[in-house]
Amino acid sequence: MASQAIIFRETNDSKGFYILLALLGALLALGALAFFTAEHHGHHITGMNNQVVWGLPHVFAIFLIVAASGALNVGSIGTVFGKKLYQPMGRLSALLAISLLVGGLIVLVLDLGHPDRLIVAMTTYNFKSIFAWNIILYNGFLALSAVYIWTMMDRKVKKFYKLAGVAAFTWRLILTAGTGSIFGFLVARDFYNSAVMAPLFIVMSFALGLSVFILVLHFAYAWTGRQLGDVVMNRLRYLLAVFIGGVLLLEGARHFTGLYIAQKAGVEHFILFEGGLYTQLFWVGQIMLGSLLPLSLIFCRKLTNNRIALLLAALFTILGGFAQLYVILIGGQAYPLTLFPDADVSSDYFDGVLNTYVPSIWELMLGMGGVALTLVMVTIGVKVLRFLPDSLSDAVADPHSK
Amino acid sequence: MSQNRVDEYRRNFITALGGAAAVVAVAPTLLLREAHAAGEVAAKPADQAVTNAKRWGMLIDVTKLTDGGAGMVAACKKEHGWGDEAHSSPEQQAHWARVVKVTDKLTHNSFSLPVMCQHCENPPCVDVCPTGASMKRADGIVQVNKHTCIGCRYCMMACPYKARSFVHEALQDQKPHSPRGMGTVESCNMCVHRIDNGQLPACVEAAPDAVVFGDLNDPNSAVSQAMKTIGGKQIRADLELNTGVRYHGI
Repeated sequence: MASQAIIFRETNDSKGFYILLALLGALLALGALAFFTAEHHGHHITGMNNQVVWGLPHVFAIFLIVAASGALNVGSIGTVFGKKLYQPMGRLSALLAISLLVGGLIVLVLDLGHPDRLIVAMTTYNFKSIFAWNIILYNGFLALSAVYIWTMMDRKVKKFYKLAGVAAFTWRLILTAGTGSIFGFLVARDFYNSAVMAPLFIVMSFALGLSVFILVLHFAYAWTGRQLGDVVMNRLRYLLAVFIGGVLLLEGARHFTGLYIAQKAGVEHFILFEGGLYTQLFWVGQIMLGSLLPLSLIFCRKLTNNRIALLLAALFTILGGFAQLYVILIGGQAYPLTLFPDADVSSDYFDGVLNTYVPSIWELMLGMGGVALTLVMVTIGVKVLRFLPDSLSDAVADPHSK
Repeated sequence: MSQNRVDEYRRNFITALGGAAAVVAVAPTLLLREAHAAGEVAAKPADQAVTNAKRWGMLIDVTKLTDGGAGMVAACKKEHGWGDEAHSSPEQQAHWARVVKVTDKLTHNSFSLPVMCQHCENPPCVDVCPTGASMKRADGIVQVNKHTCIGCRYCMMACPYKARSFVHEALQDQKPHSPRGMGTVESCNMCVHRIDNGQLPACVEAAPDAVVFGDLNDPNSAVSQAMKTIGGKQIRADLELNTGVRYHGI
């Protein structure tokens, strides 16, 4: 069995480790500065307003949260579906999942009007709110992922490995459905109120989580001088293609439905054809650069076994996912609410007009702080505990590959 | 004094409601309404819990609003002190109520109306609030508990009427009866402090000829009778939220 030959080892002490931490630490400090500045002055220093109430921090937060549940997939494929090739990557998969979720939640929490009242959110629940359920789902995900790691690292609890893996996998599906439903349950906004948001977010998490995993795996091995073979990376490569295809399928279903239903046609036309930045982000960012380009990089025969092509595919998938979330979140809010169908409305408070949103530097700093926290957790995690296999060369990962 | 004022508004509204013929036709109903108007907005003792015996609501006759409701909005602003946030951009400033001009795309028929929290029976903002800070009082008033609002703005995403505002900066010189706070969400609370004190909401008081306020649960209340006579439409009735704020002439 391949996994028996795997030896896990902490990463070595090196100058690169500290340089990386210093860089990420600087981003963390900028994120903290943004938080304290907004906390002191109030949200008027941000680009968010009473028309576009969720902004760039939420794009970052939801990206990280969605990617978190997807990052766990690599482990789940090994544990739940018994694919041995994936099993050595299970520990990193769960560590990355926890780190991404914490990074996303910190952005979400620090953007609250009252982050000091987090204890209220943790103790006072309105169970009709999908947001309240998400708070429970996030905490449960962190706990289950930690237990999952425990069963992979401690032989004494090895017998619970499968159980923990199945539980974490089931939980993550519910979690991402819950995240999508934050939008799906918004009755009054035609761009959101659809049950497809739940499965869309699940399949987005597959693609985004795997992309982040591919990049982290590659650089973790490249920067520590460990071997990472094509067998593993090619498996991840084609899996990524399947997930990108899944996102395109559900996005197609969502937008065609929107065009078909007269009530939603207005906002669909806005996003797809007349929305300026949002239209460009959709077609150029999400579809061309974020989906078709990665698929081309994956399936181009001349690029078989080309690591750079795979890394670029993962990177562009991430950028495409970011563009997609920006279009969903900001584009969906930019389009005005419908108070009276078939009527033009106007007021001194931006009724009937396209809402503008220009993100501030503070929001970008806060979002990047969340990304930095994720990477700091992974960097320190693989340094102090045995998350990474010593080698994932083709001979180790799959002795029968050649 | 306040009760006399209530009666005065009822009378003004009734007088303005229709022409002489209409008044003759519905005279018995109006007399009944007069009888029941007394005591409709009775003061609630502070130690007495709010019950669901009453459901407060209002009927706004936009055909009687010569200013489209600007006077009502101004009264609200004066009562609660919103909208003068110095550091906030126009998009960020609070708006508990606003005048919306509506023009039908086909007929070009046009009217204006004041839009504020519609005090839904099934409020989406209450459903989505994670902490329960966005709440509906037993008597139908939808408002925000400023002590447990964490400022996530999910209720603002959920409200179909853009009735809610987030406070983007620290505030000075607040009205003691209407506390507000940076980092929390706020909206029209139907002047709950006035209702509990036996007074009419400020906006209702500002447009006595056009607005009837009262108990929607009581079929004989002035507002119920007025709606029975002239109807009371909802904004976005398709959402089936059963709003407590109804309109005539939209």
